[in-house]
Amino acid sequence: MASLLMASSLFLGVGAAVTSNNALAGERAAETRDNAVEQEEQASDPLSGATIDAALVYYQEQDRVTAAEGIINYRQALDDANIIRGKIALDALTGASANGAVIQANPQSFTRPSGTGVYQARAGELPLDDTFKDTRLQLSVNWQHLFSAKWQASLGGYLSREYDYTSLGVNAGLEHSFNQSNTQVFAGAAYYFDIVNPVGGRPVGMSEMVFRKDFASEAEFRQAFDATRFYDSALKRTLDLNLGITQTLNRCWQAQLSYGLSAVNGYLNDAYKVVSRVDSRGQALGYHYEQRPDERLKHNLYLMTKGALESGTLTFSYRYSNDDWSLQAHTFDARYRYNLSGAAYWQWQFRVYLQDAAEFYHLYLTEGEPLPEFASADHRLGKMQTYTIGVKYGQRLEQGMLASVRLAYYQQRPQNPGVELPGELTSFDQFPRLDAIVLQFGMRF
Amino acid sequence: MRTDLTLLLILVALLSGCANLGVKPWERGQFAREDMQLEADELDMAIEDHIYFSKEGASGGRTLAGGGCGCN
Repeated sequence: MASLLMASSLFLGVGAAVTSNNALAGERAAETRDNAVEQEEQASDPLSGATIDAALVYYQEQDRVTAAEGIINYRQALDDANIIRGKIALDALTGASANGAVIQANPQSFTRPSGTGVYQARAGELPLDDTFKDTRLQLSVNWQHLFSAKWQASLGGYLSREYDYTSLGVNAGLEHSFNQSNTQVFAGAAYYFDIVNPVGGRPVGMSEMVFRKDFASEAEFRQAFDATRFYDSALKRTLDLNLGITQTLNRCWQAQLSYGLSAVNGYLNDAYKVVSRVDSRGQALGYHYEQRPDERLKHNLYLMTKGALESGTLTFSYRYSNDDWSLQAHTFDARYRYNLSGAAYWQWQFRVYLQDAAEFYHLYLTEGEPLPEFASADHRLGKMQTYTIGVKYGQRLEQGMLASVRLAYYQQRPQNPGVELPGELTSFDQFPRLDAIVLQFGMRF
Repeated sequence: MRTDLTLLLILVALLSGCANLGVKPWERGQFAREDMQLEADELDMAIEDHIYFSKEGASGGRTLAGGGCGCN
């Protein structure tokens, strides 16, 4: 997804290359000769000027989701002014995902999203929907055109398809380089059109989950279940705008500042999440399907700086996110690359993410009180901190190939945003930690 | 007061630095290095962004954000 949309970032690398080419007239003449040789080679070898990045990713959460993903990125310089990129990714997910319900002292049962059968949570354990399973195919293409050393543009298309979700997107970007190529300003826009078809239909927001055991016949249950569902497809539209500037600070450091605006509307619920309704003793009396607003306006401010050290590079970034769901987040990321020699390197990464809860986040609903217009117990909309520590080793092989392996540990610590816990809810950690590892093998040809 | 003065001095130092931002074309050697390209870790970052997009409430910012999957 993201790689296709990085018109602006991709420009920067090319911009630097263009700049360094313009240093001296003598160098230019030599490069022209080299380019001529290169073009001749390209004419005879269609893969000349091509870079292929392939990666295999394994993601494993403790006792929950497992995901495996294969990605191939293809980049081909057609000539001095045109570059095309293509990406294909295939991923498979399986495992269990928290459904939003609170932990109870007694076992809990939930009707499966399809309406057929139940899944259960043991006493004292976080309720997990164990039917989480999906396969996703993602394709994207991007064309980058350099009008001159100072102006360039890109156009791209995107398609992602999974069992219950389809996404189509287009994007465009423009970049201008000036001030002796010390400054680049860029602007980009993307539009996505998504079609959502959840398994078993879309739950009616805030409707209560029904159970087969409460009905005399399957037909009666089905009728009640259908009353909690919409069976048509839902749409989600996203418009993203991005404006930014990259500035060379000195011989070793450059910095980037960008502002992103994202306007989303349509179906923004997670069809598989519920909110428990509890009494004053903290005992769950029922479960309501979540309901989020159908619009969201997000702002992101991103600041990044990257510097050259004698033995490697240092990169720091900070992102401030805010939206009209009152979800605020701060993200800090630091990377240090240490080049062992011309052929190998280590890279360490540390990331911290701090998030405040969305205004309609409810750990539970209270029995006897009117249902709110919007409510979600999805911990991803709650207060949390997350930490990532990663290390990567890259080794250049023969014929210019680069192999890498990366291992990262991701920890998510959901927190109580200040909700009072009645009765038995206090007996359990209602905000359990999530631990995951990411193992990635990469190869560049 | 002392903190205010320190901040003011830092700000003045930064602003005076701004007047001299940038380098001459022949001073760009470090930026031509492969590891100094802003897209050097692009694939890693795209993979990470996808994971964070599906596990956290905020997303995007680094590049154009977007829809793209039903994971959030």
